[in-house]
Amino acid sequence: MLGKTANGLFWMYRFLERAENTARLIETGQRIALTRSGASDLEWRPVLQTAGALDAFLQVNQEITKDAAIDWMLRSKDNPSSLQSCISAARQNARLVRTALTHEVWEAINDAYMRAQRLLARKVGERDLSAVLGAVRQSISLVRGATLGTMLRNDIYDFARIGTFLERADNTARILDVKYYVLLPSVSSIGSSLDNVQWETILRSVSARGGFRMEYGNNYDPQDIAKFLILDRRMPRSLAFCVRKLRDNLGYLVECYGDRREAWTKADHIDRAYLSHTIETIFDYGLHEFIQRLLALLSDLGAQIERDYRFYE
Amino acid sequence: MSNDTFFDEMWLEEGGVRDPYRRFATWFDDENPKDLRAKQREAEDLFRLAGITFNVYGRSAAEERLIPFDIIPRIISNAEWQRLSRGIEQRVRAINAFLYDIYHRQEIVKAGRIPEGMLARNDAFLPQMINVTPPGGIYTHIVGIDLVRTGPGQFYVLEDNARTPSGVSYMLENRETMLQMFPELFVRNRVQPVQNYPTDLRRSLAACAPAGASGRPTVAVLTPGIYNSAYYEHAFLADQMGVELVEGSDLRVVDGRVAMRTTRGYKPIDVLYRRVDDDFLDPLNFNPESQLGPPGIMDVYRAGGITIANAPGTGIADDKAIYSYMPEIVEFYTGERPLLENVPTWRCSDPDSLAYVLDNLSDLVVKEVHGSGGYGMLIGPTATKRDIAAFRRKLRARPGHYIAQPTLALSTVPIFSRAGLAPRHVDLRPFVLCCPEGIHITPGGLTRVALKKGSLVVNSSQGGGTKDTWVLED
Repeated sequence: MLGKTANGLFWMYRFLERAENTARLIETGQRIALTRSGASDLEWRPVLQTAGALDAFLQVNQEITKDAAIDWMLRSKDNPSSLQSCISAARQNARLVRTALTHEVWEAINDAYMRAQRLLARKVGERDLSAVLGAVRQSISLVRGATLGTMLRNDIYDFARIGTFLERADNTARILDVKYYVLLPSVSSIGSSLDNVQWETILRSVSARGGFRMEYGNNYDPQDIAKFLILDRRMPRSLAFCVRKLRDNLGYLVECYGDRREAWTKADHIDRAYLSHTIETIFDYGLHEFIQRLLALLSDLGAQIERDYRFYE
Repeated sequence: MSNDTFFDEMWLEEGGVRDPYRRFATWFDDENPKDLRAKQREAEDLFRLAGITFNVYGRSAAEERLIPFDIIPRIISNAEWQRLSRGIEQRVRAINAFLYDIYHRQEIVKAGRIPEGMLARNDAFLPQMINVTPPGGIYTHIVGIDLVRTGPGQFYVLEDNARTPSGVSYMLENRETMLQMFPELFVRNRVQPVQNYPTDLRRSLAACAPAGASGRPTVAVLTPGIYNSAYYEHAFLADQMGVELVEGSDLRVVDGRVAMRTTRGYKPIDVLYRRVDDDFLDPLNFNPESQLGPPGIMDVYRAGGITIANAPGTGIADDKAIYSYMPEIVEFYTGERPLLENVPTWRCSDPDSLAYVLDNLSDLVVKEVHGSGGYGMLIGPTATKRDIAAFRRKLRARPGHYIAQPTLALSTVPIFSRAGLAPRHVDLRPFVLCCPEGIHITPGGLTRVALKKGSLVVNSSQGGGTKDTWVLED
């Protein structure tokens, strides 16, 4: 496979994952704004921050308003993480690697793109927001379904998965990075209603509310939430889950190509040195420091994968 | 000229249907126009979903457009096709022999059949190819001959696209779409298949591999990239052949071979089907600004380390000035009378011809010698006075840049318009594959159709559409 193709697959699936993440963050932000009394437009600040879109937003806008924040994350061409930008970038990469995709996957991503173009052509009113986000997320799910259902399990698939899980781990880590303080024990000895809202926000941001309830019931405990999002190996957006998937898929490449590269070693190291402890150890280490460290490691891993598999000259 | 002076391929002048269309016409009469209109829209959705689009030059990079597809097939009988394909084969053989000759001993110049200046002062003639023999002696691996028809047995060659002819993906997708939408038509009519083209292409390219290549040569398609107007076709062909689609940035010369950067290191390529123009192929040997091709590929090529399809320098054979010599070229190399006719052509470099052309501009088609795509041409009969005056000035300023031809009465085939069937002008581009084992012509080709009533310009860049082209078994 061409290095360029591996690169295109990696980024196609990163952008798809990011698109879904952006959609979820908008939904979460909107939900908080609607359900929390006394909520102000300032609630959108951490949402923008989590999406990595705050600085660029403030360069274009004087102040944060709900409408501006939603439009920025939904449609702005100046925001590379907007839903529109992510889907366009995913589809652009898909065109680049068209020969590596099955017919079904190509049509699904092309359809997702055409649908998003249509739905996001104009500013989306509040009343339509949930339907539009639902439709876009559904079309992204179809791409994922076509990928799982029709692609050969070869190096093409491995790079698609590596892009998916690297992006997902990064997204979860960034949500924790912005919100880590609400999970610290000192703040949360009892659990005020304010805390409850914050905790729920975090869980919603990673589609984990249902899963968490199934596992821990209705009692939100910040340490449990941290454990669920960082260490739980059944939770498909937890850091431990994503990193293990990364290691697995890098391992398949090792098998496929017959030689072990640095990237696999690095993924294995992240898993064993950082994600095989108890949550207490992590809190002792310092939750914020831990998350920052993981973000740095993930970024380093991404760069290593680029080098190992010759994404660029 | 009124419409009834044109030859229609479906309807007889005296009423009734021409033979090849008989079974189609019966089917059509039983169809409900409303259903067909729905099918026409369905076809568009299918093309859009599959991403069968072309990018328009000079517009924003994001703009992708569909080439309009018309659901009425263009139907050719087997007998008509046999005659045509013999003529095409003869012509393609002659073109290959011509290319070999002009890059070696130039017998045709010595014999006085072509003026020497025709080659020496022609940008399409590549001095870098002198005394280079491509692997297998093949110059034009893929040719798309543009034909037009003016009567039942009257075909003319309009252009010999011997560089990088495009459009074959439309030939294939048009057929796929028709099969999907009107399966019953293919039960009533026995249509010769076109679907083997990608397999044939790969086999033909592999057969042209350099002598040192392994039993299963590595083939790749070279594209200028995602913003090229024909990117869809490049990706489509690579995909259908099961080979890599590479860009210049994927390639470099490693140990005397052209190699592509894979996830496991550099892998040598035996045959490169390039969809990049000569000038951009190698910054070391041609345009130094180009990043579309790998530096040094020409040196590898001259050393016999890679096959480039089509060979560099083939453009001289489809140059519009050389075109006018094609009857002599065919005779010179095959020793036979040409089976396909050339359109009579005035070379404006010749003072007498220029004088004639200037006197008859409103009846003639004037083309730039190096132009393509229907850009920069004058169609006298439909041009405004101002256009004609502008062309008169251009012709006087640089006569050698132009040729002129009579306006041909292009045949018509019906399209499915809002008012039902309506005749529109068409051309035909059959696709020809050449390798040392022989010449293979896919039955059919790309039919382009001018969708505007009365228009003679079929180019997609000028609002033309396409049709599925059938060659019947019987």
